[in-house]
Amino acid sequence: MRDKQVQDLKEYKYGFSTEIENIKAPKGLSEDVIKFISNIKKEPKWLLEWRLKAYNRLKVLKEPDWQKPKYPKIDYQDLYYYSAPKSFKEKPKNLNELDPKLLETYKKLGIPLQEQKRLNGIAVDAVFDSVSVATTFKDTLTKQGIIFCSISEAIQKHPDLVKKYLGSVIPITDHYFATLNSAVFTDGSFVYVPQGVRCPMELSTYFRINASDTGQFERTLIIADKGSYVSYLEGCTAPMRDENQLHAANVELVALDDAEIKYSTVQNWYPGDKDGKGGIYNFVTKRGLCQGKNSKISWTQVETGSAITWKYPSCILKGDNSIGEFYSIAITNNHQKADTGTKMIHIGKNTKSKIISKGISAGYSDMTYRGLVDISKNANNSSNYTQCDSLLMGNKCGAHTVPYIKNKNSASNIAHEATTSKISEDQLHYCQQRGLNSEDAVGLIVNGFCKEVLQQLPMEFAVEAQKLVGISLEGSVG
Amino acid sequence: MEKQLRTDFKKIIDSSNFSEKEIITKEKYLNKFIQYGFPGKKNEDWKFLDLNQAIKSNIENLNYFNENLPNEVDSKIYVDGLEHNKIVFINGRIEKIDFKYEESDKFEIKDQFDSECLLNDVNSLVDLNSALTNKYYKIQVKEHYTVKKPVIIYSLTTSKISSKNINIRLDFDLKSNSSLRVIDYSMDKSENNFVNIVYNFNLEKDAILKNYKLDKEENNNIKYSYNNINLDTNSVAENFILSLGSKFIKNEINCNLNGKYSSAFVNGIFNLDNNKNHEIRTSINHLNENTKSFQLIKSVLGENTKSAYQGKIFVKSNAQKTDGYQLSKAILLSDNSEFNAKPELEIYADDVKCSHGSASGSLNQDSIFYLMSRGLNYKEAKELLINGFLLDVVEKITDNEIKNLIKNIMGLKE
Repeated sequence: MRDKQVQDLKEYKYGFSTEIENIKAPKGLSEDVIKFISNIKKEPKWLLEWRLKAYNRLKVLKEPDWQKPKYPKIDYQDLYYYSAPKSFKEKPKNLNELDPKLLETYKKLGIPLQEQKRLNGIAVDAVFDSVSVATTFKDTLTKQGIIFCSISEAIQKHPDLVKKYLGSVIPITDHYFATLNSAVFTDGSFVYVPQGVRCPMELSTYFRINASDTGQFERTLIIADKGSYVSYLEGCTAPMRDENQLHAANVELVALDDAEIKYSTVQNWYPGDKDGKGGIYNFVTKRGLCQGKNSKISWTQVETGSAITWKYPSCILKGDNSIGEFYSIAITNNHQKADTGTKMIHIGKNTKSKIISKGISAGYSDMTYRGLVDISKNANNSSNYTQCDSLLMGNKCGAHTVPYIKNKNSASNIAHEATTSKISEDQLHYCQQRGLNSEDAVGLIVNGFCKEVLQQLPMEFAVEAQKLVGISLEGSVG
Repeated sequence: MEKQLRTDFKKIIDSSNFSEKEIITKEKYLNKFIQYGFPGKKNEDWKFLDLNQAIKSNIENLNYFNENLPNEVDSKIYVDGLEHNKIVFINGRIEKIDFKYEESDKFEIKDQFDSECLLNDVNSLVDLNSALTNKYYKIQVKEHYTVKKPVIIYSLTTSKISSKNINIRLDFDLKSNSSLRVIDYSMDKSENNFVNIVYNFNLEKDAILKNYKLDKEENNNIKYSYNNINLDTNSVAENFILSLGSKFIKNEINCNLNGKYSSAFVNGIFNLDNNKNHEIRTSINHLNENTKSFQLIKSVLGENTKSAYQGKIFVKSNAQKTDGYQLSKAILLSDNSEFNAKPELEIYADDVKCSHGSASGSLNQDSIFYLMSRGLNYKEAKELLINGFLLDVVEKITDNEIKNLIKNIMGLKE
């Protein structure tokens, strides 16, 4: 029974692609393509100008090359920057108008878009290639004044909010991939939680890359106004293809006074096959700004997919007494590579941050934790605690830790700990003695190793993530 | 800079008697240095401490040629209370070599150029050193010999020189089952020079090296020291760095644990005040099974000071059963002090035990309160705590004689 289950799970079950007619922008990156995207999305003029400004800057920028996992040069002219199902020329008013093929796709992915089928009431915004296909539970949210829609819709309906906050955390003058995203971003989610509102349900986005030769460049913007709370989940999958696909998203979070944002990601992009062929390049920029006093931003990520994961969800702790948290599990197997971690920039007084990172590498993979803790001169009484543990399985893989610690304030404390080890024989022996087979024993120990992070995930996600952790390591033991 | 370098290089060649081959090699290193120049912030290894900037802003018209006039060695400089062998450098020139405590047949000093000892692809400063050193010495300890007294290498600069680049290079060969204690003792009377020191140690089977570096005297020089240590089976290298006096110093230690059961220890202290900017960078490469490393670095940072610690533990895929440990701690005493750390692990083997820790912050107020409630004043309480904090590192020194010497130098109480 278990063997069958394992066999089922071992295969990347989200690897199918959907045959659907697409509208694509002309291949390549140029001013015309940006105009095409802007035009098809009926964007206001300021946004087009903003995009072009980013594009102009991109022309003089160089791709960063300090990362651990090296990859073949990406030909940016050989990509489609916009791809959308044909039936999407006009966004469907409701789910009944949605292309049945799309509904089928999401059903296969386990994301039924029909609201009534949802168990626990999680509002979903589903993004298919370059467009958002459906957002559920809109009415319930609107009643509370919460705006949850695709960013394209927000640009049309709430231009003031978008104009105010877009690029306020990740400006167009940022690094290469962030600027690329600013120039060509297609869709993504937009969330605004008004003052004093506690969002009654989990909000969630589901990203799906379908078309080939396409890069996905979504942009997510979440604003939590004074005293509000929102928990946001993100999931991602892609079809199995031989080529490497680029995913360069930008996520901006803004927390005002006393607000709290909890952002969880379960990333399961196609990791490539056993020999490291294909898979997604996941080069994402995620940054949260604790702008107001007593605000809090918490990132939780479970990274199991992608050929290369290269991202550092960060917190800028600008408001006094603000809190930043980062919980991460990153698992690499076969030929996967990951260079991930976080940045905690302490600017305000009494700011606190906590980093818990768990890395597991198996097979031929390579995993790097890279993090920055920077306590600036005026950030009195700030503190940081960092713990990053790595687990190695086999001697063909690598686990690396590269923390940068900068302390400029004498009244602040930084503590950092890191360990690297393998699963101890004693622990395995103990479990096996009590009747578990070696794979179950490893599963149990790994789950224990990750527990601190898994606990941070919302219930439904935690179960999925726990399974995912098990699956990703199948076959790497023994 | 290039023009100055080339003319000074020519002067060095003219004033020494190098063979044709040596000159070609030296030229190669010179070209390499000219290509890369002084490392600056853009270079990852110099992220926390920009040498290029420091040289530009502190040294006007840096000169690379010293006339190398002989200097009198003043015996007042010698360390009291410890019988020792001496090597005296004055302004980069060896003035005295004195090994009177040792058996002469167990000990050899060569001054032949040996191309095998050149260090390639380390960084541009080592290239500069290879290009411009005019004299080359290699100290060889023969099999099964324990050098009886420690060797103190005095490196002095006199007030005569300024805006000079001084390059010092020494090699040490420890044959199997030999042992050597080295103390690097720098005393500077000069200002605004750039001192570039490269030592290379080769440890054969079962050899023991104890390497202590003391930078004690207040001075306005910029210094860089690079120590490369190759360790064969079952050999041990113990390093201790005391970083106090110079305005700007970077100590770099690179250990290659090539043989099984070899081990490396690096302990260091920064105790800084007055605008000083110091760094220690270590890289410990575990290249074989059952190797061990231990590092402990502590900083006490006063007004306007900056210290940085970059430590890397590298474990090759065949280096199973590696045990690597690294801890850095800092106390920031002033609002203008800054501590930077980059403790790095790069691990390719699974059966290893590697960990690192780093902590920085102010003095513990509870501890101060505790001491003050027992009658100490604030200053005494603070001093006692710092004393204890630093003593921890000094206690790691395994050689009692030298441990006491260092305690005296630092004024540490037990």
